[in-house]
Amino acid sequence: MQLLAGRKTRTEHPEFEGRGAALQGPLLSLRNVSRRFVTSRHNTTALDDVSLDINAGEFVCVVGPSGCGKSTLLNLVAGLDRPTAGEMLFDGRPLKGAAADRVVVFQEAALYPWLNVRANVEFGLKMKHVSGSKRRELVDQYLELVNLSGFQKAFVHELSGGMKQRVQLARALAVEPRMLLMDEPFAALDAQTRDVLQAELQEIWQRTGSTILFITHNVREAALLGDRVIVMTPSPGRFKSEIPVPLKRPRDPDTHAVVDFAAEIRTQLQHDEYPVRAKDSGYVI
Amino acid sequence: MSSDSVTIGADASPSPLLTLAGKPVAFVRSKFWLFVRITIFYAGLLALWQLLYNMEIWSPYLFPSPREVWDELWQYYENGLLQDSIRETMRRMFIGYTIAFVAGTLIGIACGAMRWVDETLGSLVLGLQSLPSIAWIPLAILWYGLGDQAIIFVVFMGSVCAIAISARDGVRNIPPLQQRAARVFGASGWQTIRYVTFPGMLPSMAQGMKLGWSFSWRSLMAGELIVGGTIGVGGLLQTGRDLNKMELVIATMLVIVAIGLIVDRLFFGPMESWVRHRWGLSQT
Repeated sequence: MQLLAGRKTRTEHPEFEGRGAALQGPLLSLRNVSRRFVTSRHNTTALDDVSLDINAGEFVCVVGPSGCGKSTLLNLVAGLDRPTAGEMLFDGRPLKGAAADRVVVFQEAALYPWLNVRANVEFGLKMKHVSGSKRRELVDQYLELVNLSGFQKAFVHELSGGMKQRVQLARALAVEPRMLLMDEPFAALDAQTRDVLQAELQEIWQRTGSTILFITHNVREAALLGDRVIVMTPSPGRFKSEIPVPLKRPRDPDTHAVVDFAAEIRTQLQHDEYPVRAKDSGYVI
Repeated sequence: MSSDSVTIGADASPSPLLTLAGKPVAFVRSKFWLFVRITIFYAGLLALWQLLYNMEIWSPYLFPSPREVWDELWQYYENGLLQDSIRETMRRMFIGYTIAFVAGTLIGIACGAMRWVDETLGSLVLGLQSLPSIAWIPLAILWYGLGDQAIIFVVFMGSVCAIAISARDGVRNIPPLQQRAARVFGASGWQTIRYVTFPGMLPSMAQGMKLGWSFSWRSLMAGELIVGGTIGVGGLLQTGRDLNKMELVIATMLVIVAIGLIVDRLFFGPMESWVRHRWGLSQT
């Protein structure tokens, strides 16, 4: 309920209306969603009674320690998995299965090594049966957006980790999805590359007006990128709190505002991980 | 000498033809010297052969000279029988192998994609793989008689299992993430097979096709020898035996080795390394 109240205040801001702004309600709406995994040995509740609304044009980050159900949440929204309880609405209609209106950028390179960069970006468009000339146009446009125009003919194994993630981003954006789902996309990169890609993602988000659900375990990243940050706790996976990020854009990861905000998020996380110590000791960030 | 004054030990040695302290000097590793070494080895082998012939340990009709073998080969080339035999053999190989490729690929994909098929048909394929394809010859003769079909059947049985197993492994080894990515973009089942499964299974397939070819080639020779007929490389071998012509027997054996090597080195080898490189699997 607390989460829903938070949403209402955000919909009043017109600057959050991006692509697909025509609809009235939220773009994505989860109502009391749970996902339990039942095996012969034991049952796990990966997600327990979770509710969430995401409006068109919003950038929502989900942070939490590993095993808190972040990836389960993303898989449900992507349509790769089904909830065991609750209701999921996308664009006002029940969410059923995977479709190109919700596209995932994976942590590891989920690119196709036998295709060159261009053909990889083209992949989603081919699945949608987009015509050849239209495909060429879109691929050019999105390769330029991720600064990879010079690498069209390169093969995946010739690219660095950061470049691979840019190809993934271009491939996802090329199908012009209603919502972009990012599953710790920068977690496997080195710090410098991550900084560059975070800045580029901010810029791309502002330019395209995409709606993004961004999963991460990096609190600084969440503070840097999100309009709102949702903090999750593990076993069972629950939403602990939702923190609006009131900072102006574009944000710089080294400014005090972002660092302080990251500290606040970390406090929320630490309460849970070390409940006793958190009470009687100050936090060191 | 003067260009690099700090070289010490083995690297400073001026004699490039030698290996020093167990380390081959760069010169010895070059392509040119490899060629020279191979040439010297085979020239030596040929000289030894000639020497043994000259010593007359065995009677000449059991142990012909290199020259006699060459003449025999040339004669069969001149009268066209060699070319006809090779053509006939390759025709059988092509038909049997093509059918095995199609059937093996389909069986392999079915095994890779569906667990219950793998548990049933897959176990049968694995079992049959351990049966040498020459063991199919009696059955093939009884079913098809002493003819082309029996030989083609044996060729088919020689490679179908190897190709099916590699196709199955190819499908199994496609990273799940690549298939999930296809689902995310709304790919249909057929699109996933066409754009992810087929290309993804190719590296494994290339290996299986090469292995299947070499199995089939051995089966084909056995089949031609036993099933008979005068046309075909195996038939030529049999003719040599029937006529007590050791020159022809050895000449034909050399032809069999040559064809096997040429197909392997000029077709399957480059295909495999191309696929590995293109798929980013090769180390260099």
